[in-house]
Amino acid sequence: MTMSALSPGAAVARWSALAATLVVAAALGACVTPPAPYDYTAFRQNRPLSMLVLPPLNETPEVTATYGVLSQVTLPLAEAGYYVVPVSLMDETFRQNGLNNPAEIHDVSPGKLREIFGADAVVYIKVTQYGTGYRVIASETRVTAQARIVDLRTGELLWQGGATASSSENRSSNQGGLAGLLVNAVVTQIVETASDTSFKYAGIASQRLLSHRNNGVLYGPRSPNYQKD
Amino acid sequence: MVATRSARLLRLSAAIALGCVFVGCAQPKRLYHWEAFQGQLYEYFKADTSSPEEQLRILGAQVEKARASGAALPPGFRAHLAMLYLRLGRDGEAKQELEAEKVNFPESAQYMDFLLKRMTAPKS
Repeated sequence: MTMSALSPGAAVARWSALAATLVVAAALGACVTPPAPYDYTAFRQNRPLSMLVLPPLNETPEVTATYGVLSQVTLPLAEAGYYVVPVSLMDETFRQNGLNNPAEIHDVSPGKLREIFGADAVVYIKVTQYGTGYRVIASETRVTAQARIVDLRTGELLWQGGATASSSENRSSNQGGLAGLLVNAVVTQIVETASDTSFKYAGIASQRLLSHRNNGVLYGPRSPNYQKD
Repeated sequence: MVATRSARLLRLSAAIALGCVFVGCAQPKRLYHWEAFQGQLYEYFKADTSSPEEQLRILGAQVEKARASGAALPPGFRAHLAMLYLRLGRDGEAKQELEAEKVNFPESAQYMDFLLKRMTAPKS
């Protein structure tokens, strides 16, 4: 039975070929510089039960960055299956020992951290973007952070990675011409700053940074998927 | 015949894809009940709008809700209640929450014991 070019069978064949092409193109497009798969050797050899997340270093002009991020790191790590040392008590313990800023805290020896907090691994975070910026055409709120996880028993680097979240990801650009874009940019900046939108994007960035994901942290002992990855 | 098989396959995968969009699959159930916890942590750190009493009230409501639904409180939740009690000088209740954190999360024992020891040590 020959297939005419207009028959349903041929149409399906053409669509599936097109779909296949689009999938390959999308995969290639997304992988202009594909992230190398993370080498989890050290992580797998040193599976920590618990994580100590220190107050993040703040490399931004926004003073709220450190605690905006610290307040939201427990969720992704706990949901990945780790116990996370209580951040408010930890912060207070550092203060009572004269350590008031993240730089000083990041300098505390791993031995001391292990002795006091009893955690298996420490998470050093650095926030490099935090806040709402007026960018002429469009304002955006963006939070960007990097993290390193170091084993407190062996001193080995278990994992490092970065993540970002921005309010421009979902916003539609149908704003009525250039004048509309400029006004909206200013209004957006005022609205987003006033309602602490940064906190919201800090939450998204923290989840992207520390959740179980491709090239992310491995599942922890409290996860039903522990050791399945 | 080949066209028919690939047609069926295409329809099936399209149906699954659409189903996933509507049903939202690949969303595993969360281990813990988070609700107000992280927002209240931020309020605590900011220390500019709400008081420890107010924060305890909000988190207390969450404890009730979690109990009613059988959901688990997150790591550090009870310990944070202890922090708020300590801020208010309610040491007895703080101790109870630190002990409860230890019971629910034995991984916390070393740090909880460190804090408990300092609370019972004579103030010099």
